[in-house]
Amino acid sequence: MTAQPSEEGLPAVQAQGVEYSYPGGRALAGLDFRVARGEIYGFLGPNGGGKTTLFRLLATLLPLQRGTLTVLGADLVRQAREVRRHLGVVFQNPSLDLQLSVAENLTHHGWLYGLSGRDLATRIDRQLERFGLTDRRDQRARELSGGLRRRTEIAKALLHDPRLLLLDEPSTGLDPAARRDLWDALTALRQDGVTVLLTTHFMEEGDRCDRLALLDRGRLVAEGTPAVLKEEIGGDVVTVTGPDPQALARDLAARFPELAPTVRDGSVRLERERAHEWVARLVEALPGRIDAVTVARPTLEDVFLHRTGHRLYGGEDAA
Amino acid sequence: MTGLWSLWRRELVRFFRQPSRVAGAAGSPLLFWLLLGSGLSSSFRLPGAAGVDYLEYFYPGTLVLVVLFAAIFSTISIIEDRREGFLQGVLAAPVSRAAIVAGKVLGGATLAWLQGAAFLLLAPVAGLHVSVASLLAAAGVLALLAVALTALGFACAWSVDSVQGFHAIMNLLLVPLWLLSGAVFPLTGAPVWLAALMRLNPLTYGVAALRQTFYVAAAPAADGLPGAGVSLLILAAVGALAFAADLLVLRRGRLE
Repeated sequence: MTAQPSEEGLPAVQAQGVEYSYPGGRALAGLDFRVARGEIYGFLGPNGGGKTTLFRLLATLLPLQRGTLTVLGADLVRQAREVRRHLGVVFQNPSLDLQLSVAENLTHHGWLYGLSGRDLATRIDRQLERFGLTDRRDQRARELSGGLRRRTEIAKALLHDPRLLLLDEPSTGLDPAARRDLWDALTALRQDGVTVLLTTHFMEEGDRCDRLALLDRGRLVAEGTPAVLKEEIGGDVVTVTGPDPQALARDLAARFPELAPTVRDGSVRLERERAHEWVARLVEALPGRIDAVTVARPTLEDVFLHRTGHRLYGGEDAA
Repeated sequence: MTGLWSLWRRELVRFFRQPSRVAGAAGSPLLFWLLLGSGLSSSFRLPGAAGVDYLEYFYPGTLVLVVLFAAIFSTISIIEDRREGFLQGVLAAPVSRAAIVAGKVLGGATLAWLQGAAFLLLAPVAGLHVSVASLLAAAGVLALLAVALTALGFACAWSVDSVQGFHAIMNLLLVPLWLLSGAVFPLTGAPVWLAALMRLNPLTYGVAALRQTFYVAAAPAADGLPGAGVSLLILAAVGALAFAADLLVLRRGRLE
């Protein structure tokens, strides 16, 4: 109550050497990052990369084992109650009471956060309106579709005007329209100065973040704005497919040593500026042995592949 | 405080929205009592207390059974809350952990107490001539019992993963616990080893305290029973210990 963590300039979240292990193994192997106020910051990585563990630590649901986490200037361990007051948490599996109505769920949440009376009623009306739930108000949560439950969950998380909103895989299970609505809401929140921190395994979602960190096997493998991250690829990504990718890569390397081709996931990859000029040369160099050549702007997936050597999707198999 | 209130209120709302739970929880002890009590009433002879038939002897024990079942089964909601994800929202809220435990335990205990109190109204059917004062005293004992048992159930439910597992453990544990509480047969006359077990059983003190509230003078079969004061103290101690255990398991932060 006395701590005033809103001092400008302090980061919204600061992590130093954060580690976490389950009895089965290490989930986080020393994370350092800093999230500025009012930005949308994403953790992009494959399932099992440590995102959910990090989310739970930030949501104060897991005890921090090693390192420090500071949220809005307050220490997550020593000032857990203070941190919780300013956190809005959107769980992947909505934390609604399915027996209660939408409005009752919000009321319960308000009481947990010390809200009551007229103030609470006004807040509930406002959130229901904002998320198009007004006509669902008295419907039991269990009767709602997955998308509506998610919307209720977000309305609930925002009820107490959190300054840091945490979302765990918010787009999972949402149809494209609902996804767009979600992002409109997140962008509007940022305008109000709310910091948004989310985890995702969709690179499209990573692209919409102001900054993001790539998380793989408990480590941060890259951090930056989507544009900066993609710049490290140095041009375009050329993918060459053919019956024998290993031989293809070997012969291409022999012919054009400057290309440094690599085999990843059964196709040959090159990173090249002005890649379109290479298409004809490649096909002519190895006649009949190439099925397809594609040239694409680098994606976050390429950055991930570049940094970790395996893909974002189905990472376990490729690893 | 509003957090505690909200959690308490929610237990009640949920209970009354699932009417089958109400009937299921209160129904079987009632049947037990009517069938066993009527069936055994002619063959049962309480040592040193003629005139007490089994329907009457068995009545306090049945009350304890009602509260026991209701309290333990109300804590099943903890398993559901964890599985459905509701609990994570509560744990992330700025509510003291003690208030979370208290809200859940008092909510479940209130439900258990309501069922016990409803059954208490059947005392005249059991042939007991009870005063309003002893009814109130019994209601008080039931309240203490309900809180202690719900707190015990909380810690057990927390460490179990599935509702099925909980049922299995509770059947294994609860029925013998109740059988050995003086609810079904008196302490006096039980073999020494059995009597020793019964004295270790916290439920014995619930039954003993309750039995003594129904009779102004010495209760029949009160010989060998722990006194009402001691019984209440022991119940309170069990409740406090269980509450501490609840807090401990909650702080451990096991969610899945």
